[in-house]
Amino acid sequence: MFKKILIANRGEIACRVIKTARKMGIRTVAVFSDADRDALHVEMADEAVHIGPAAAAESYLVIDKIVAACKATGAEAVHPGYGFLSEREAFPVALAKAGIVFIGPNPGAIAAMGDKIESKKAAARAKVSTVPGHLGEIGDPKEAVRIAREIGYPVMIKASAGGGGKGMRIAYDDKECEEGFASARSEAKSSFGDDRVFVEKFIVNPRHIEIQVLGDKHGNVVYLGERECSIQRRNQKVIEEAPSPLLDAATRKAMGEQAVALAKAVNYDSAGTVEFVAGQDRSFFFLEMNTRLQVEHPVTELVTGIDLVEQMIRVAAGEKLAFRQADIKLKGWAVESRIYAEDPYRNFLPSIGRLVRYRPPREGSSGGLTVRNDTGVTEGGEISMFYDPMIAKLVTHAPTRAAAIELQAEALDAFHIDGIQHNIPFLTALMQHPRWQSGNISTGFIKEEYPDGFAPREAAGDQLRTMAMVAAAIDHLDNERRRRISGQISGTPVRFAASRVVRLAGQEVRLTIDGGGAKPFVITLPGDDAGREQKTEVVSAWWPGDPVWTGRVGDRDISVQVRRILNGANLAWRGISVDAHVYTEREAALVALMPEKVAADTSKLLLCPMPGLVKAINVTVGQDVKAGDALCTVEAMKMENILRAERDAVVKAVNAKPGDSLAVDAVIMEFA
Amino acid sequence: MKHIIDELERRREIARLGGGEARIAAQHKRGKLTARERIELLLDEGSFEEFDMYVEHRSTDFGMEKTKIPGDGVVTGWGTINGRVVYLFAKDFTVFGGSLSETHAKKIMKIQDMALTNRAPIIGLFDAGGARIQEGVAALGGYGEVFLRNVLASGVIPQISVIMGPCAGGDVYSPAMTDFIFMVRDTSYMFVTGPDVVKTVTNETVTAEELGGASIHTTKSSIADRGYDNDVEALLQMRRLMDFLPANNTSGVPVLPSCDPFDRSEPSLDTLIPDNPNKPYDIKELILKVVDEADFFEIQESFAKNIVVGFARMEGRTVGIVANQPMVLAGVLDSDASRKAARFVRFCDCFEIPIVTFVDVPGFLPGTAQEYGGLIKHGAKLLFAYSEATVPKITLITRKAYGGAYDVMSSKHIRGDVNYAWPSAEIAVMGAKGAVEILYRAELGDPEKIKARIDEYQKRFANPFVAAERGYIDEVILPRNTRRRICRALNMLQNKQAENPWKKHDNIPL
Repeated sequence: MFKKILIANRGEIACRVIKTARKMGIRTVAVFSDADRDALHVEMADEAVHIGPAAAAESYLVIDKIVAACKATGAEAVHPGYGFLSEREAFPVALAKAGIVFIGPNPGAIAAMGDKIESKKAAARAKVSTVPGHLGEIGDPKEAVRIAREIGYPVMIKASAGGGGKGMRIAYDDKECEEGFASARSEAKSSFGDDRVFVEKFIVNPRHIEIQVLGDKHGNVVYLGERECSIQRRNQKVIEEAPSPLLDAATRKAMGEQAVALAKAVNYDSAGTVEFVAGQDRSFFFLEMNTRLQVEHPVTELVTGIDLVEQMIRVAAGEKLAFRQADIKLKGWAVESRIYAEDPYRNFLPSIGRLVRYRPPREGSSGGLTVRNDTGVTEGGEISMFYDPMIAKLVTHAPTRAAAIELQAEALDAFHIDGIQHNIPFLTALMQHPRWQSGNISTGFIKEEYPDGFAPREAAGDQLRTMAMVAAAIDHLDNERRRRISGQISGTPVRFAASRVVRLAGQEVRLTIDGGGAKPFVITLPGDDAGREQKTEVVSAWWPGDPVWTGRVGDRDISVQVRRILNGANLAWRGISVDAHVYTEREAALVALMPEKVAADTSKLLLCPMPGLVKAINVTVGQDVKAGDALCTVEAMKMENILRAERDAVVKAVNAKPGDSLAVDAVIMEFA
Repeated sequence: MKHIIDELERRREIARLGGGEARIAAQHKRGKLTARERIELLLDEGSFEEFDMYVEHRSTDFGMEKTKIPGDGVVTGWGTINGRVVYLFAKDFTVFGGSLSETHAKKIMKIQDMALTNRAPIIGLFDAGGARIQEGVAALGGYGEVFLRNVLASGVIPQISVIMGPCAGGDVYSPAMTDFIFMVRDTSYMFVTGPDVVKTVTNETVTAEELGGASIHTTKSSIADRGYDNDVEALLQMRRLMDFLPANNTSGVPVLPSCDPFDRSEPSLDTLIPDNPNKPYDIKELILKVVDEADFFEIQESFAKNIVVGFARMEGRTVGIVANQPMVLAGVLDSDASRKAARFVRFCDCFEIPIVTFVDVPGFLPGTAQEYGGLIKHGAKLLFAYSEATVPKITLITRKAYGGAYDVMSSKHIRGDVNYAWPSAEIAVMGAKGAVEILYRAELGDPEKIKARIDEYQKRFANPFVAAERGYIDEVILPRNTRRRICRALNMLQNKQAENPWKKHDNIPL
């Protein structure tokens, strides 16, 4: 076994690999760029080597620097993680030349699976089910139409070198096919410098299901079940699970065996993933093979009990797989949420900055329930514009899918992040979505269910009452304490009204609250949905200042995010977010007399949608602009965002200039 | 006897109705509460005891003898906020528009006298139309006597003003002499002369809101210390504020039981200071992570944002926080910031509230605008305020402490009791680049030499140890331990005795 390995990556995956290496008694070497000097992976590793500036192209992607770092530290092997150099054929070649082992597949396997057309041909040869289609290059629109008719509409026209949705067209008839062929081809040319396109069957309501395979250098390959990754936003996976709610044992076996056949065909000798697209009828077709460890590998680890990184290291060291296919059993259900630094309320725009607070839920296993959080950040760390905006992967495992989802929802509720915007509000809402809970999903799920973007769930019924009770308990605790302030006059103890009115989500919940101190609060609501009086015990060790209220409401343990607002608290739970104010009845009566405040009119302002750098101002004061005209460009997370006029207007003032770095909602220009 | 008691109840009923149902409804329609409703919100339930409910004016001019309303436009009395005594008066807009008559002024004076004699805070709720013109000079006399009492009570008991409606002319000077002014947005305004007079005299056309609304006074004039969206929000926040304030200048600060451990470590503070010395960070993160339960009552949050001041607690005891804000103008001291902080420091010193100062200051703001605006004397106010303060003073330098601004920000030299620095502190006459450009003017043509000089200066002075070697810094502390260090220091200083030489009063550069 290796004595020391280097991890040619950063963030959560570097930390993840270090954990396993440490468990195996292997020393670890981290590499880091200027932006990662204080990063968690550097702190966790036994040694760390600086490899250059923040930009990945000048640090994490430079093969020579990684090789030099290995030589300088005496690392015998390199784990590439995912992304960066993990699927570059040149990397293992360069390592081999320097006498360093690559903890991943052999370069031949990477090469064989790297090209979309080549990999499909290999799959067809290995008798893997592929999407009906024509793998050869297509010369002209007529040929495309002929092939499409053969396959049957709808068809997809795709760039060979493509990815990320570029150079892709869907056609339902001959006319669309002709047009799509031309435009896919020109987009492929401009995006990838390669205008080869192919045509294949388009699967309606597809699901993304992938098979984890694991091979060694002795010709053994097994499959470790599937993962379903259908919950995606713009081709970016958001939630993954294992197993898939779609598959039955027979389909699983068929997919697994095909995946193994393909892996064997290319002499695959590490952990890899064979991706399939599946129809709702459990038909499945090969998409591509990823010759690396996947981001979502933890769900497989939790249902199989196999540490994939450990296996990768062992097979790279030449060991034989210690188990056979028959030994692999899937146990329970695992769900993973990817927590991203993005603002769900602003169309998921990236959000960078300092993690003022970062408090993940408690990790661990008990009673068949497991919470695992793979992360590369710590409180006080920085989400920088240079790298992937993923903050953490929260994984839960339980005996059933429903229990795993419930545990995920609970863990998300307890996950506190402040300083940047993040997608936890979206994820908590998603966990409550009935269609997700039913398992009736497809890759179009987010687009179909959130066509107008994300808004918090409406609070109603029991959930509204639960939030009212938490608000009342918080208020009561604070009042009780304030009434123990020093310097009070004797003789007139402060009276304590037990009946309260909680205003939240535009509604009022009346309740009475008793107890407290060492005893639980007893909250009485005059009526539930059926109008029955309801007495509930509320127990919590929460203290003011703690951003997460954890406690028991009735017979249910819950965690609620608490943010102080003037005379109240914002409470977030299960995708609900409400401003709650707790009043005495008299106060509530007086509050009702207060006029609604109308939000300031921002229609004549151009506000900066995200923190960023002004790259260009395209207009001048006095200029007439038409709806859709570009007004300025703001760069955030290396993405140039062009801000356009929403309506015809005249520019009255320009308050920013190129080079300015702006906060969110900064006024960039004003219109007359 | 029963009919006599009934008569009392009858007279109370009449008095409590103030200007009557119609006027109360009109008040509500304007989005405002009545004087008595406001008092209910401000005080503990059932604790209000009203005085002088039956007082009526004695004017006989202009037919005034025919309209008399008990209370005469102001509700006065005392009550408790979380069991602690406060005196208060609330202008009743439903009675003669809350205008001030001789008897109205007398009611206020009585309460002011009681508050001062009995050493408890006084709160005034303003919503009035100024002097009662029918009374003429008698009203003016009343104003004068109220003003005098404001001044005599200043620095002895906290005086708070909440502007909840019009406040113009003579009415503005009483609030102006109190410790804090709060305003309600959209329904209150404050000015010496109103839009009509302004139009006549200067030909400017302005609305009342533009001339003296909450947004103007919280952001431009700094007359108001905070603005709130409505009456309820404002009054409930006053309850929160009063929990921070001592009853008087000898009572000591109130103590609120706290669950926040005094030695709570905050490892994330170790990375608060960015690697790049020119990159800003939010000083409020430090404040919120150090004080009890992240509870910070900021004063003047919308004005001179380059300095942050406000009340917080450490181990349950009130402290005043003063902090340069690197996010705004790099935390530089300018005239506005100096005045804002000076007034706050003096308030804390008056009332025995210890001061915790967080320093990251690149110096004073250069420029003609500042110099013509009297930066020298405004800056001197802050220097003066810190120097004369005898309360416990704890200072922490997080990053830059450059030049004269270093001295000003509660340095050891002006009686800082405990002066800490983080390892990232740079205490120097100026930044390395500026210093080198002066010291090595002859080498300016040679960028390489200059760079070497800058590095040399940076190495020598850009750290806390040069100052620590001289004892100007008592200890260099780990950022994560800041809360524990400050809590311990405050406890150590609890019996601090320091006095200034006897004087009638000092002569701060006003």
